[in-house]
Amino acid sequence: MMDVISILFYFFAAVLLFSGLKVITAKNPVHAALYLVLAFVTSSCLWMMLGVEFLSLTLILVYVGAVMVLFLFVVMMLDVDVETLRKGFWKNLPLALLLGLIVAVEMVLVLLNNTKIVTPINADPITNLSNSNVLGWVLYTQYSYPVELASMILLLGLVVAVALTLRKSEKQAKYQNINRQVSIDSKSRFTMVKMDAEVEAPTAEGEQK
Amino acid sequence: MTGIPLYLTIILSPLIASTIVGLFNFAIGKFLSRAITILGVLVSACLSYVVLYQALTTGVHYDGPLYTWLTVGAQSFSVGILVDSLTAMMLTVVTTVSLMVHIYTIGYMADEEEYNANKFFSYISLFTFMMIMLVMSNNFIQLFFGWEGVGLVSYLLIGFYFKRESAIFANLKAFLINRIGDLGFLLGIGLVYYYFGSFNYSDVFARLNEVTGMHFLNTTWSAITVICLLLFVGAMGKSAQFPLHVWLPDSMEGPTPISALIHAATMVTAGIFMVARLSPLYNLSPTALSFIAIVGAINALFLGLLGIIQNDIKRVIAYSTLSQLGYMAVALGCGAYTVGVFHLMTHAFFKALLFLAAGSVIVAMHHEQDMRKMGGLWKYMPITYAVMLVGNLALAGIPPFAGFFSKDLILEAATNYHEHGMFGGAFVEFSVYAAVFVTACYSFRQLFMTFHGEERFRHVADDEHHHDDHGHHGPVEPKESPFVITFPLVFLAIPAAVIGWVAFSHFAPEGFLSDAVFDASYYVKFFEEDGVTPISMLMHAFTTLPVYIALSGILAAYVAHKSPAFVKGLQTIFKPIIYVMDNKYFMDNLYINIFAPIGRGLGKVFWSIGDVLVIDGLVVNGSARVVNFFAKIFRKMQTGYVNSSATYMVLGVILLLTFFTGLILR
Amino acid sequence: MIGMTHFLVLSAVLFALSVMGIFLNRKNIIVVLMSIELMLLAVNFNFVTFSTFLHNVAGQIFVFFTLTVAAAEAAIGLAILIILFRNLKSINVQDMNKLKG
Repeated sequence: MMDVISILFYFFAAVLLFSGLKVITAKNPVHAALYLVLAFVTSSCLWMMLGVEFLSLTLILVYVGAVMVLFLFVVMMLDVDVETLRKGFWKNLPLALLLGLIVAVEMVLVLLNNTKIVTPINADPITNLSNSNVLGWVLYTQYSYPVELASMILLLGLVVAVALTLRKSEKQAKYQNINRQVSIDSKSRFTMVKMDAEVEAPTAEGEQK
Repeated sequence: MTGIPLYLTIILSPLIASTIVGLFNFAIGKFLSRAITILGVLVSACLSYVVLYQALTTGVHYDGPLYTWLTVGAQSFSVGILVDSLTAMMLTVVTTVSLMVHIYTIGYMADEEEYNANKFFSYISLFTFMMIMLVMSNNFIQLFFGWEGVGLVSYLLIGFYFKRESAIFANLKAFLINRIGDLGFLLGIGLVYYYFGSFNYSDVFARLNEVTGMHFLNTTWSAITVICLLLFVGAMGKSAQFPLHVWLPDSMEGPTPISALIHAATMVTAGIFMVARLSPLYNLSPTALSFIAIVGAINALFLGLLGIIQNDIKRVIAYSTLSQLGYMAVALGCGAYTVGVFHLMTHAFFKALLFLAAGSVIVAMHHEQDMRKMGGLWKYMPITYAVMLVGNLALAGIPPFAGFFSKDLILEAATNYHEHGMFGGAFVEFSVYAAVFVTACYSFRQLFMTFHGEERFRHVADDEHHHDDHGHHGPVEPKESPFVITFPLVFLAIPAAVIGWVAFSHFAPEGFLSDAVFDASYYVKFFEEDGVTPISMLMHAFTTLPVYIALSGILAAYVAHKSPAFVKGLQTIFKPIIYVMDNKYFMDNLYINIFAPIGRGLGKVFWSIGDVLVIDGLVVNGSARVVNFFAKIFRKMQTGYVNSSATYMVLGVILLLTFFTGLILR
Repeated sequence: MIGMTHFLVLSAVLFALSVMGIFLNRKNIIVVLMSIELMLLAVNFNFVTFSTFLHNVAGQIFVFFTLTVAAAEAAIGLAILIILFRNLKSINVQDMNKLKG
């Protein structure tokens, strides 16, 4: 007799594996990306079942919300010839199956002999605090320095991504020339032109903003 | 000032001077380079006299480490200082002669190019430092350091005129021959460590009794005899004993001041000093002593004979140096170490004097060294003539000059050696007596040829080839050398004349050196029976043979000088002998035509098989070829495609995974 | 009852799938990148599972950092992909052979 938890687990597990399979076999990269989104969402659900609320929500926010959108964006933006990219798919299939099987079998073998897996020494006592609260405490006390480092990595990723894709030729991109901005003076901003008066009134020299 | 600060100042001041002048050669200028080096050696010399004074009055014995140089296992090697009477005497001799040579060099190098002269001053100061290290060391390693150091400077200075091919040949020759000696010396030092377990003299002497009965490896030879002989091979190289003597005459290619300092007065006596320093060791090996005596006798007589037929003024003195070194070796071999050291000291003074005087003549003749182109110089160079006469009288052993006392003692020691029925006694005794005649003969032949008779230098035609580096032409008008040259000459002439008399009583077996040098027992007994003083020795001299032999030698030289026909007659009678002597007993031919080709042939074999085939072919290129072979296979994996790299990476991950799975499932 | 092993086997199978994905889509670099994301997800799954069942919050902290690195990696990877496409007009891995000697 399966309880609700088991039913939910097997359901989500089936969806996750199916979507994973589709990610690697889909003909169209757009479909692959969408199946990847599905895989993330289902694993988020599974994590929720494990009681890891904060991370499961983060997974959806960060991956589905940011990374996968980026993927989709890129896939759609590039004009990809799907057929040439699929060439060799069937030729590679036996090798891929073999290797995948080896990996899966070995890992499962290890897991089924999990008597040797040790329990951690400093297991945290179960607290009444929520998962997010516990994470917050640990993250900003014990792991504050790694968090700073992680933020630096993100900043680096941001800068690098921009720096790589930026077109540097002036025709394609607009950018500031600080040097020219600083060295500007009033004479290059406006020119005085002497011209004959067109109306009766005497010429009035005025500042032009 | 006493103790370590005093000794360190003596050691280091020449080194500091040498370093400054050597490093700032181009910046330092003419005056400063001379001032610094002379000051350095002057400080050393003055303090050496302090040490000598202490040794003479209260006695000095200091033996201690300065610092630990390196530690291997339980054994540590220290740099140490040993100061006793022998050290004090050697220090005095070395620094005095060195100081005189420094001063002399100012005059000798006056025409030399500036940087070259500075280099020269740096070298001789470095030499002084090395020699002081050698005599002050209290262990074999440091002795070897000084030994090699003086050898290095000798090499550098023989090849000082490095643009001259003969100079380069000579310094290479000196270097190679000395390597042969040093090989023996190093083996000897190694054996000393093997049997005595220490490099320190004091430890070695303390354990003499334990080692006395030992045999060398599995043979029946006495270990001590082997050690002594090997160490003496080193001395044979450095002190130019037959058959490793061939480098010394050629070393005259170097500038004259260093011929005086290095190749006559100090460095070549290092071997003699070493044997005297190790006298307790050598006393235990009569075999080694006999070997030394016989080698010394060969040197004294046969190499002295070659001096008679030389025409180069410096070569005559060079061969006389070989002969006198032979005398010292004979003294050592007869167990009369103190006498050997005594002769070392007197010889240092009069031989340095002779070389410097010869240098003075050479300068006056504008670097002409051939005596056949000199003659009649006494009118022009009275001071040089006078000191040369003193030097030659000392060398010939005419009483009461320095050489007489030391040489007479050596003759006595040789007689005693013979009377005790030691091996080769008759030969040794005959050789040293005959060598007295030879010595007197060549030294006065040189004097007569250079300073008396016809003024042959006036006949030297302009176009005739001679060693004239300065481009002077026309008849040379010789004149007396400047003060910086004559001052050292006169200064050295004084000890050359009187040091024998003054120092005689200190060199009795139980005298001044008795705390450092231990004469063989039979010699001590003999000397005490005779009980001589300088005066009694002088009186005694005129009743015995040696002085008359020397006088007859001078007479022979005079006769030969006065009647060329007599010489011609002798030449025709002894034609084959003179032919042999002209070729220096074929020793050079032996080395150049037999040993050198054998060495070269061996080298060629090792080069073509060992180097080209095994090392280059098998090891160096072979390993490269193996790498190349595998690289040719594995480079096929490097397709340059990203996906193949990714494939290999995943394959690697799977391999690792398999490995760890196996590890866990085991 | 669903235990730790269930989750771990699930993540192992997911990991094997993503390994297969790298081999199957050897020419399509976008799908290779997606497979890598899937692989990281499997790893994160392991972390979360162990963290929950062994009552140690450190595993979840590690997921944070993995997510960070994965996000940065995706951003930079896609940026490289874009300039590659700009220059080669293709994202075929076979065309990226400039490293070939």
